[in-house]
Amino acid sequence: MDPKPLWLLAELTYKCPLQCPYCSNPLDFAGGRFRRELSTAEWCRVFREAKALGVLQLGLSGGEPTLRPDLDELIRTAHNVGLYTSLITSAYRLTRERLATLKAAGLDHVQISIQGADEETSDLVAGTAAYRDKIAAYHYTRELGFPLTLNVVLHRRNLHQVEALIRLAESLGAERIELANTQFYGWALHNRDALMPTKGQLDQAWQVVQRERARLGTTLEIVWVLPDYHEQYPKPCMGGWARAYMTVTPAGEVWPCHAAGRITTLTFENVRDKSLAWIWEHSDAFQRFRGDAWMPEPCRSCPRKAQDFGGCRCQAFLVAGDAAVTDPVCSLSPHRPLIDAVVAAVERSATTGQSPDEWTYRAAPASRALAAKG
Amino acid sequence: MTDASSPRLHPKARLQRDDVRGRDVLLYPEGLVTLNATGVEILKLCDGTRSLADIVVTLERRYETTGLAADVGAFLEGLAAKGLVTYGP
Repeated sequence: MDPKPLWLLAELTYKCPLQCPYCSNPLDFAGGRFRRELSTAEWCRVFREAKALGVLQLGLSGGEPTLRPDLDELIRTAHNVGLYTSLITSAYRLTRERLATLKAAGLDHVQISIQGADEETSDLVAGTAAYRDKIAAYHYTRELGFPLTLNVVLHRRNLHQVEALIRLAESLGAERIELANTQFYGWALHNRDALMPTKGQLDQAWQVVQRERARLGTTLEIVWVLPDYHEQYPKPCMGGWARAYMTVTPAGEVWPCHAAGRITTLTFENVRDKSLAWIWEHSDAFQRFRGDAWMPEPCRSCPRKAQDFGGCRCQAFLVAGDAAVTDPVCSLSPHRPLIDAVVAAVERSATTGQSPDEWTYRAAPASRALAAKG
Repeated sequence: MTDASSPRLHPKARLQRDDVRGRDVLLYPEGLVTLNATGVEILKLCDGTRSLADIVVTLERRYETTGLAADVGAFLEGLAAKGLVTYGP
């Protein structure tokens, strides 16, 4: 049987008041490709088509999704068609009243990012003074009865705060904290040298996670997203290409994951031209790496291929220059030295006491400048 | 959990029909549990007012059987371990 999607990530807009240097949005988010945002009616049609196709979980993301003035209407439609709806937000300027409106519209779950355990670190990483709004919004979600997830993207400058971050989530009564080690796509790849942690930092944080999991049991779910450059085998990216997941971008392009738009050798379709079902079943972008017929060696004869699906196509394209090769993170990949070199460079600079590179904040002027450079 | 405790769905969990796959599911943040028909019947009775003992008796009458207590208890314990079911007094 053909796989049916379970998850839809709706990137409602790429506008965002935060400027996190690890952002997974495309580097050219400010360009013409993403400018003409889908209308309310178009998004509502996407949600109906998604549910009919098998989607049960909807993530409303961005950019910053609360910048859409029609967010409550979008949530109402998603709720009415039977989608479990999560809002993935920075909570910048998010009021209790707005959250109450979204709750009434049928919003099921709120995920709020935080960039560090204290105001100084968090605001430095975000490039925007947002920490106080986040803390306030955490309390609003509890008062309004939302399940709450804290999401923290981890990197060289905040990995030492893992314990304090878990304690913060605990004190807020959150259900979950996602400790997401930076995955290197979009702005994160551009800023890789500044963000890449050392092995020592990762080991220390992992010790804390194990200890805190044992202490907290089921009170707080601690999700640890693996730092794949430091792993031996690749992640089972998206549970396999075009098996369970799809992303719709602000201007209606449909991608097998939120980073896939960077693969220039794929053709992407738009919900303005085609139905979601057609795109899922027939489009080049979804068909190309579905299943395992596309796999080269060492994946083809590897017993792990049913487990990791050859890893990540985007990483293969971005690091090795070809989306159809084994994820270079895999220790069996002929391209693994490219990953090892990045990791080794960070270790060298750490032992010589060299301070990490400066990062480029994710912002529209930087996006346009990078796009102009090509 | 005792016979007197009253299970209910945690607010983060939602029962949903999955028409495409012809099944019922319990949805929660970032995940889902597939339910069989009996599971749905049990959860529909978990309203926070009925005690576990009441729920078992109701189901035993409905299915004209006895001895369901262990299975119902194990099913709810499994969901409680995932934080999807909670118990009132």
